[in-house]
Amino acid sequence: MMSTHHPSGTVLRGVGVGAGRVIGPVRRMPHPITAPEEGAPLPAGATVESETERLGAAAQAVAANLRARAASASGDAAAVLKATALMAGDKTLLKAAGKLVATGTSAESAIWEAAEAVALQLEALGGYMAERATDVLDVRARIVAELRGIPAPGIPEADEPFVLCAEDLAPADTAALDPARVLALVTSAGGPQSHTAIIARSMGLPAVVAAPETAGLTDGTQVFVDGSAGVVIADPGPEEEAAAAAYAQRTPLPAFGGMGATADGHRVPLLANVGGGADARAAAEAGAEGVGLLRTEFCFLGREKEPGHELQVSAYREVFDAFPGQKVVVRTLDAGADKPLPFLTDSTEPNPALGVRGYRTDVSVPGVLARQLAAIAEAAGASTAEVWVMAPMVSTPAEAADFAALCAAAGLRTPGVMVEVPSAAVLARSVLANVRFASIGTNDLTQYVMAADRQLAPLAALNDPWQPAVLHLVRHTVEGGVQAGGVPVGVCGEAAADPALAVVLVGLGVATLSMNRRALSPVSAVLSTVTLERARELAALALDAPSAAEARKRVRAELPDLERFGL
Amino acid sequence: MAERIATIASRVGLHARPAAIFAEAAAEQPVEVTIALEGEPAEEALDASSILALMGLGAEHGTRVVLRAEGEGAEAALEALAAVLETDHDAA
Repeated sequence: MMSTHHPSGTVLRGVGVGAGRVIGPVRRMPHPITAPEEGAPLPAGATVESETERLGAAAQAVAANLRARAASASGDAAAVLKATALMAGDKTLLKAAGKLVATGTSAESAIWEAAEAVALQLEALGGYMAERATDVLDVRARIVAELRGIPAPGIPEADEPFVLCAEDLAPADTAALDPARVLALVTSAGGPQSHTAIIARSMGLPAVVAAPETAGLTDGTQVFVDGSAGVVIADPGPEEEAAAAAYAQRTPLPAFGGMGATADGHRVPLLANVGGGADARAAAEAGAEGVGLLRTEFCFLGREKEPGHELQVSAYREVFDAFPGQKVVVRTLDAGADKPLPFLTDSTEPNPALGVRGYRTDVSVPGVLARQLAAIAEAAGASTAEVWVMAPMVSTPAEAADFAALCAAAGLRTPGVMVEVPSAAVLARSVLANVRFASIGTNDLTQYVMAADRQLAPLAALNDPWQPAVLHLVRHTVEGGVQAGGVPVGVCGEAAADPALAVVLVGLGVATLSMNRRALSPVSAVLSTVTLERARELAALALDAPSAAEARKRVRAELPDLERFGL
Repeated sequence: MAERIATIASRVGLHARPAAIFAEAAAEQPVEVTIALEGEPAEEALDASSILALMGLGAEHGTRVVLRAEGEGAEAALEALAAVLETDHDAA
């Protein structure tokens, strides 16, 4: 992607993943801390005493900084920061590092080695504790940065709001991301399904990803970020200032009224994607008409062993109770690929996205799925929610039939499948004939149809749910549902959260849309401006487009309200 | 030497958040308190005010641990700390 000159500055192109237009100064994510030399000797002029003191002071400074940040954060973020602060001042860690300093090792090398040992010990415990090893390594990097007198790794701190520029963000960065301080996210790597994109959407931040040339932006440079067009402009001029000002003056989105429909009253229930009880309660609060995707991994991730029946029942029950009398679609365990589980998946697969994941783990490790279905059935029986259950990664009509049989055996009346493997979309009629509903997972469907890894920046343009090939498969799946006797087809991927694409999906005949709760209001607002007939016309426009970019452009041009709401 | 056995009530075990709460409580006691898994020798007990030592124990929900302390106020300190362990900090 070449940069082009613009009257007011340099245009850097990427992929827009979070709508909005803002101007602000760049702050870059600091480079990761490099490892000190192993067993480096005390610096010239230092004594064991002075070096021990220097280490202690650095650790205390880091702990104090983290405590201060914990005090100004809230909820989970505060708890994480508080625990990290304790790790920085931890006596066991400092004692171990102190022993190394006493043998003549530099403070940097000593803390590096001591923390490494602790991290390895936590990793050996596996599961949740293994993930905490990352926190120990983060604390170590902070102490070393303090000793070197360079900026701490992680989200930069600044007095004024800024545009955060990075190569890519990790899920762990979310806890430290303060939406009041960060105006927009810009990454040189990553793609539309990368963690950065997911973070941006869940926080409602404008974002541009996969813009390689933004790697050259430096701290303090003023940039204009257009998260709809996927453009970053350095040194913006009056035109961009006007655009940002217009965005700041946008018509506020009305809160979602709890009833998704087109302008002519065609009902499209808007549901929420949730990953646990607290999430479900927040979604109900936001007006979601039910849950279109309950990711049950929250019960399993970070565990060495399969969670027991009672634990699963109470976890599911918590979600069902947030939606009394309403629909909750449970997706059975989707382990594998980017969500490995030690008791279920093989981490040595050369190509995990094409490996034993989702429903396929029932063949390699039978029993886990049947026990999960039993727990879902018990939780469903004790609540008034209307519980539907679907399996991820179903590829053939036979798998759909087998899953339906497992559901029936567990006493679950509404079995369904996720359509994300292209074969399930191609054979939608016979796959759906075996079940009561289907839900299209557009993230994986796109990656498989386009043969483009979700995390790879160079493939970002291919990995776009606006790809006409993906939309054709959505239409084919909906038609298969009709031919199978009226099996409803919903969408629960990120595509449903894009208001313009949501209109197209409704035009293609999709019955329900399930999304991050923050997308309920924009999707509902835009959907209510078009009739079903108009949505069908826009869907036809998108299907006929030669590219994803062209499909998006054509449809957006026909939806002037996107501009009004700043979407 | 005062001893007290406690059972971990936190549903996900002694992970970061419950460990942080416990380490802070231990640091506030007037005596030094150690922690070990039940059945492990006392000389291998770890500093109860160290969050990393606590996490390294790998104590899960239902695991029994031994708290030990010596000196004035030891009994009361152990009682207070056992109460922290026997509370489910993950309950919403």
